[in-house]
Amino acid sequence: MSFSEASRGRISLLVGLGVITVALLSALAFAAGRYPVAAGDVLRVLWSWLGGAPHGLDPAVETVVLQIRGPRVLSALLVGAALAAAGAAYQNLFRNPLVSPDILGVSAGAAVGAVLGIFLSLGVVLIQGMAFAGGLLAVALVYVTACAVRGHDPLLVLVLAGVVLGSLLGACVALLKYLADPYNQLPAITFWLLGSLASVNPADLRLAAPLIIIGLIPLWLLRWRINVLALDDEEARALGVATGRVRLAVIVCATLMTSAAVAIAGVVGWIGLVIPHFARLLSGPDFSRLLPLSVLLGAGFLVAVDTLARVLADVEIPLGVLTAFVGTPLFLWQLATARRVWQ
Amino acid sequence: MTLTAEALDFGYPGRSVGRGVSLQLAAGEVLALLGPNGSGKTTLFKTLLGLLPKQGGRLLLDGIELETLPREVVAQRVSYVPQAHGTFFPYSVREVVLMGRTAHLGLFAMPSRHDRELADEAIARMGLTQLADAAYTRISGGERQLVLIARALAQAATLMVMDEPTANLDFGNQLRVLERIRALAADGIGVLLSTHDPDQVFLCASRVALLRGGKLLACGTPREVMSDASLRELYGVDVAVATVMAGHGERQVCLPLFGEGH
Repeated sequence: MSFSEASRGRISLLVGLGVITVALLSALAFAAGRYPVAAGDVLRVLWSWLGGAPHGLDPAVETVVLQIRGPRVLSALLVGAALAAAGAAYQNLFRNPLVSPDILGVSAGAAVGAVLGIFLSLGVVLIQGMAFAGGLLAVALVYVTACAVRGHDPLLVLVLAGVVLGSLLGACVALLKYLADPYNQLPAITFWLLGSLASVNPADLRLAAPLIIIGLIPLWLLRWRINVLALDDEEARALGVATGRVRLAVIVCATLMTSAAVAIAGVVGWIGLVIPHFARLLSGPDFSRLLPLSVLLGAGFLVAVDTLARVLADVEIPLGVLTAFVGTPLFLWQLATARRVWQ
Repeated sequence: MTLTAEALDFGYPGRSVGRGVSLQLAAGEVLALLGPNGSGKTTLFKTLLGLLPKQGGRLLLDGIELETLPREVVAQRVSYVPQAHGTFFPYSVREVVLMGRTAHLGLFAMPSRHDRELADEAIARMGLTQLADAAYTRISGGERQLVLIARALAQAATLMVMDEPTANLDFGNQLRVLERIRALAADGIGVLLSTHDPDQVFLCASRVALLRGGKLLACGTPREVMSDASLRELYGVDVAVATVMAGHGERQVCLPLFGEGH
C-alpha cells in the first residue's frame, strides 16, 4: 500500500502549499490597491475584527480593509473556487477536458436575466436575483429537453440542447443590447457581461456564499461516484452507479454554484475550463484529489487576477478580459508541455 | 446464483433486435455465445445486464425480476467486461480496478483499505502488478482488456458477462485470457462471453449458444451444438469440425473449407 500512502502524502503537501499560496495572495489583495495598506496593518485590522486587541490605526484603514477589500477578496475566493469546482465536475461528467461550467447554458441564462434586469432599470438586488434565476432556468430547460429526447446517448443530447439553447439566449442578449439605451444601459450591460467584482458588498456575499457551499458539499460527498461517471455510461451503470441520479445531482450542484457566482460577479470565463486542467496535472484525475486542488487553484487564481484588475491601470480592467489574457498563455504553455492529460 | 432469460425480447427503443431468447447462466460454467456480426450479441448482453430495458419475456436473477433490483444489487451479483476502450483522463490501472468496488461502497464513501487490498489482489491475479501504477491510457489494448477483467474480479460478482474479451488481442494474449476465464469458472464464477472464433468454444466453454438474426439457433454443450451443419447455418460458410490429437488428448477444431463444397 506504499503507493496510495505516498500519493496521499503528496496530495496533503499540494493542498498545504495551495492553502499557503491562497493565503499569501489574499494578503496581497488586501494590501494592494489605490490606497496601499501595509501587510502588518492588514493583519492587525483583521485580528481586531476577529475579537483580538484593538488595532489603534486610522479608521480609514479599517474601512478599506473590512468594508471595501474584505468582501471583494472573499468573493474572489468564492467565485474562483465555485467556477473551478463546477468545471472539474463537468469535465468528469461529460468525459471531456474541453467542457466548462457554461456548457449547459448557465452563463447564457444568467446573462439574459441580468441584462433584462438592467434593461428594465431594476435595482441591483433584483438584477442579481434575475441572473441567478436565469441560470437555473436555462439549465432546467436544457435538462428537461434532453430527458424528453429518448433513444440517444443522454450526454450527447444534453450537450446539444445546451449549445442550442445557449445560442438562442445569446441572441436574446444581443437583442436586448440592441434595444437598450446606449448611454445608460449599454455600458452597464457590457460591464456586467465582462464580469467584475467591483460592486460586491457584504450582503451579496451573505447570499452567494451559502449557495456555493451548499453546491460544493454534495460534489465532495459524491467524489468516488463522480470518478466512475468518467467511464462510459453503460459501464458506470454496470459497476452499480445510478448514473442518471448522480448526473442530476452534479448538474444541480454545479448550476447552483455557477449561478450564484455569476449573479455577483458577472460572466467570468476561463476559470472553469483552465483551472481543472492545471489541478489535474498536479493531482491526477482522481476526483477526491482533483476537487480540493481545483477549489484552491480557482480561488487563488481569481484573487490574483482581481488584484491585477484593480492595480494594473487607472480604470478597472474587466475580469473576463483579464482572465482570458492571463489564462490563454498559461493554457497554451500547458498544452505544449503536458500532453499526457490529453490522451 | 443464476441468471435466467425466458423468451426474452430485446432491442433498442423503437427497434427490435431479437426475440424469444431463452438461456441460463449458472455459477461455475462458461457459456459462449457465437453469432455473426449484427446478430444482436451485444444488445442481448446489455439487456441481460439490465442496461437496456427488455422488450418482452422474463429476465430473472436468482428468481427475482432483474428490473426490480437496484443497480448496485445487480452489480454486486453480475459484472460486465466491455470491449477494451480508452478513457479521457489518465486514471491509473489501480484506480480503474478500484472502480470495480463501487457497488460495495456507500453512496458517499471512498474505497477503504480493504477495497484497495481486494483491487490489488485482482490486479495480481491477472498478472498486472507491474502495471498497477501505470496510466490506463498508456497501456496496450491487450493489457486494458486484462485490467477490465481485473476490475470485474474486484467487483466480486458471481456472474461475469464479457463482450468479446479476445477481440483486438494477439494470439498469445487470446490464449492467456481464455486460460484465465477457465480458471475463473474453476473458482466458481459463471462466465458468459461472446466470441467470433468458434475454436475458442472448444478451448474454454462448457456450453455454447448460437445466435443468428436475434434468435437462438441452438444452446447446449459444444459436442451437441458444434457441427458442420450448425456452423454453416450460423455463418453461411462451409466448415468442418474435426477431431485432432493435441497435447495429452483429443480435441475438436473448426476447419474452414474453401471452394470444396460448391
